[in-house]
Amino acid sequence: MRIAIPANEKNMEDLVCPSFGRAPYFLIYDTQSSEGVFLENTAASSQGGAGIKAAQIVVDNKADVLITPRCGTQAAEVINAAGIKVYKSQNISMIDNIKAFEKNELAALENFHAGFHGHGGN
Amino acid sequence: MRIAVLSGKGGTGKTLVSVNLATIANSSTYIDCDVEEPNGHLFFKPKEIEKKNVSVKIPVIDDDKCIKCRKCIDFCKFNALAFVNNKVKVFEDICHSCGGCQLICPTKAITEKDKIVGEVQIGKFKDIDVYTGLLDTGKASGSPIIKKLLEENINNDKLTFIDCPPGSACIVMESIKDADYCVLVAEPSIFGAHNLKMVYELVTLFEKPFGVVLNKVVEGENPSEVFCIENNIKIIGKIPFDKKLGTINSNALIVVDEDEQYSQIFSTLLETILKEVEHETIINS
Repeated sequence: MRIAIPANEKNMEDLVCPSFGRAPYFLIYDTQSSEGVFLENTAASSQGGAGIKAAQIVVDNKADVLITPRCGTQAAEVINAAGIKVYKSQNISMIDNIKAFEKNELAALENFHAGFHGHGGN
Repeated sequence: MRIAVLSGKGGTGKTLVSVNLATIANSSTYIDCDVEEPNGHLFFKPKEIEKKNVSVKIPVIDDDKCIKCRKCIDFCKFNALAFVNNKVKVFEDICHSCGGCQLICPTKAITEKDKIVGEVQIGKFKDIDVYTGLLDTGKASGSPIIKKLLEENINNDKLTFIDCPPGSACIVMESIKDADYCVLVAEPSIFGAHNLKMVYELVTLFEKPFGVVLNKVVEGENPSEVFCIENNIKIIGKIPFDKKLGTINSNALIVVDEDEQYSQIFSTLLETILKEVEHETIINS
């Protein structure tokens, strides 16, 4: 199984990035090999629609699961259409989130927000 | 001649200034480009309204012709297209209707459909033509409506007043693009001066001749006035902070029709603006 997580740094001990669409990197972690690779998120510098493009990257890298603190409605459309399951990350490191997911301790992300479009938000 | 009235924030008096200038000018045109919440019509209560829909072009993908090359997706700067489940997916609200995806598609699998985003209303109040743009609720951008409003008015040789949306974003740029002169309305506060600076930078960038109207003027220091003096900006008028004016205005009456003092203030303002434009025309010719 392949797990995608938005990342600030290329370090699995680091916390999950609070933004999905504009995260600098994505961790793609393979649970079979217990190995992770960090991809640059080319959507981060988009003028608009970053979430859609970021979701495209996650889909193209054949993730089965996305662990993220939040996700916009349009990104969710792409993610859901590809059948990727979305879980809400906890405020712990990326690798600990993966462990928590493997122990079934993460809840499904149910609230998808409308875009921030430069207006901040939580 | 087109005079645009703008400000960095809402509630400074753009509509007050443009409605009253249009009224005092006689035989003029008023265009409400604040398409998210147009309110000039509340004062003019225009009659004989003609309505026209405004639509934008949205791509439609023919899945049989699509060869999944993803060129359209890579091309779209706004990320309005995604490729999922072996199909191109269109995000209509993100699309800016540039038509690029259609041009770039090697198999002509992309056509366009019209999507209605709002309407323009053209009516009359006495000898004033009143144009109002209305963006449908939930639609992302007012730019297509503003374009249509100004297009409808292109052959109009009457003195035209453009009531702009607040701020200094794309919709404001669209509204002032073809203006001959810009009137910046500013409030007497630090926040007001900050917002004045935003529109000042915008009209400077667009190389538009402009002047500032100080609204809600009270005794004491006016940060917007200080900003004008420091930057050598011409102040073309002052409107007092006045309960009488507020009462007339909040009853949706046009103050120059109700009160001699304000009829004078706006006549003088209009004369000043026309002189300024004339001056600009001479030095630029």
